[in-house]
Amino acid sequence: MLFQPAIIALLLASAVSVLLLLAATPYAWQLVHRWDIASGSELQLRLERRTYLMSTLLSFVFATQLVALLLFVFNADKMAVMFVGAMCAVGTLNANAYGFPALLAQIAVFFMAAVWLVLNHADSRAYDYPLVRVKYRLLMGILPFVVLAFTLQLMYFLNLKADIITSCCGSLFSSDAQTLVADASALPPQQGLWLFYTALLTVIAVAVLHARKLRAAYVVAAASAAAFVAALTGILSFVSLYVYEHPHHHCPFCLLKPEYDYQGYWLYLPLFAATAAGLSVGVIQPFARVPSLAAVVPQMSRRLAWIAALGFAFFAAVATFMVADSNLILLKD
Amino acid sequence: MKTWIAKQKALIDFTLSSLARRKLKNLGLLLVYTIIVFLLASVMLYTHALRHEAAQVLKSSPEVIVQRLVAGRHDLIPPGYLEKLGRIRGVQSKEGRLWGYFYDNVVSANYTLMAPSSASHDFGQVADGKIVIGAAVARERGLAPGNLISFRSYTGKLFIFTVAAVLPHEAELVSADLLLLSETDFRSFFDIPAGYYNDIALSVANPQEVRNIAGKISETLPDARIILREEVLRTYESIFNWREGIVLVLLSGSILAFAIFAWEKASGLSAEEKREIGILKAIGWETGDVLKMKFWEGALVSLAAFLLGYVAAYLHVFHFSAALFEPVLKGWSVLYPRFELVPVVDGFQIATLFFFTVFPYTVATIVPIWRAAITDPDAVMRG
Repeated sequence: MLFQPAIIALLLASAVSVLLLLAATPYAWQLVHRWDIASGSELQLRLERRTYLMSTLLSFVFATQLVALLLFVFNADKMAVMFVGAMCAVGTLNANAYGFPALLAQIAVFFMAAVWLVLNHADSRAYDYPLVRVKYRLLMGILPFVVLAFTLQLMYFLNLKADIITSCCGSLFSSDAQTLVADASALPPQQGLWLFYTALLTVIAVAVLHARKLRAAYVVAAASAAAFVAALTGILSFVSLYVYEHPHHHCPFCLLKPEYDYQGYWLYLPLFAATAAGLSVGVIQPFARVPSLAAVVPQMSRRLAWIAALGFAFFAAVATFMVADSNLILLKD
Repeated sequence: MKTWIAKQKALIDFTLSSLARRKLKNLGLLLVYTIIVFLLASVMLYTHALRHEAAQVLKSSPEVIVQRLVAGRHDLIPPGYLEKLGRIRGVQSKEGRLWGYFYDNVVSANYTLMAPSSASHDFGQVADGKIVIGAAVARERGLAPGNLISFRSYTGKLFIFTVAAVLPHEAELVSADLLLLSETDFRSFFDIPAGYYNDIALSVANPQEVRNIAGKISETLPDARIILREEVLRTYESIFNWREGIVLVLLSGSILAFAIFAWEKASGLSAEEKREIGILKAIGWETGDVLKMKFWEGALVSLAAFLLGYVAAYLHVFHFSAALFEPVLKGWSVLYPRFELVPVVDGFQIATLFFFTVFPYTVATIVPIWRAAITDPDAVMRG
């Protein structure tokens, strides 16, 4: 089922990203191994010039990956009409074995891309390109994931078959194939609630602490990752129930649908932004010791910590509002 | 933050005036860019509107249709089938339908003839000897209410009807070639004995029950073909998406050509432009600043082309009925309905379009822009 505009667009974006990254890899290799800022040789001059191209190119590719994640989820949601039993993205992604792995790979690429962009920004703030080696090593580390995401996407879309009418007998050949992963895997609401608020309050507290005192950077990163998982678990186990006002509807994607006023975007956009910022706090921390970054890193990590704290706080507030605003009574004291 | 915004504003300002200095070259690029966006956006808007229309039309169609198959071909429903179906839980109503196709030599077109059931129409039951006609039929045969029209039926007998009414233009997408007549007239016109029907329509209130009901019907009537509305909808969705995809793939040649064109434009810097960049760098601009300026240049051109192209496509599709793509995307028929599409725009579509146009443009221009940005001031000025 390749001939769908959004699928073509997604595959185009992924394929071009992979190609650009592959083309950049030999140069990245050269940069990692031959870079010597103290040298005035012609090679070094060429390399310095090339870093401009590389960082522009990579910023572009990674920015594309951020948008592609959104488009991927949106597309999965839109395609639900074409599959028997699929009401939203869950059904579409379950249509074959590659759907959810493709989504997870795309999410992983999203966070790596975000972290890389932050590093790149830090590097461009210093005068002597202190992070060139780190950046391009990291790039070579990210490349396999981008390739993996592309492959999974390709496999997913190639193996999709829309259930359309067959001429012999309409309904009987298209079997109902929905499996409700979400329903089975959701935590009981009470535990979900605990986990959700504990993780979020922790990460907000740690991020604020870091923003004010510049301490515990790695804890911020770890807490952000944990809060991300806890937040998704919380959405599955109780937030979605309150939004749908239905005790058994755990879907994390239906939130994005117009029927629910696109409420999901208020949750997911701050959540992803905050998590990316939180992770970046930890990633740039080791470079605070680099002399030319000594002033830059604390300033940036302060800012990132604020973004993380505010993002998580906003997310928690939105989720709390959704629960408070709902007519569903799930837990009785 | 404030200084950052001020810097970007100054850069945009500079970029705009630099674009204005090379009007012809940039207008050429803008034109081609706009045309590309226009073509792709037309295809997308048009298929999207068709899809929307199909979904709207199908909203009021019955949830389940039961046909009978004999030797794999569609056959009449014999008497007793309606009773055999009996009461199925969840089915709100069921009725036998009478409809058929008739080829009219005069206009070389097929009509759809139907005997409406009592409640299903605004016109109610059509009286014997009367006929209600679709707008396209009225147009082709030059008919107005009160006129007489005659058809020679497949049995060879001549039938004369009085036109009672013309169906409203708004419903033309579904009723362009429709003729409505009374059940008695219909049966004698096609020589269908009493008690026989073309198919059975069931209406079901709960969408989740539809599949169970279909299963039950296929147990009671093993020779039945059961068509569900959701399946028709799904098929339409697939077909329109597929057509849209095919057209986009065909147009991908032009996207590629456009990317090459953009590459050429961006790499073929004139001596004057080179000198400009050289001077900028000599007075203290960094490579990064030149890149930023070029980025704004690309963003401004893209934005302008995107807006212009999209608005033009909107006008093309919703005011000029997509004259360019109609034959491919809509399908064709002698009595094709004339209809105006309801404008539908959604963000998803715009995002997809963005990937098809701005993305290739940006990819194509990154390397040439970088080449321009690393120009050495002394090399330019000496040359």
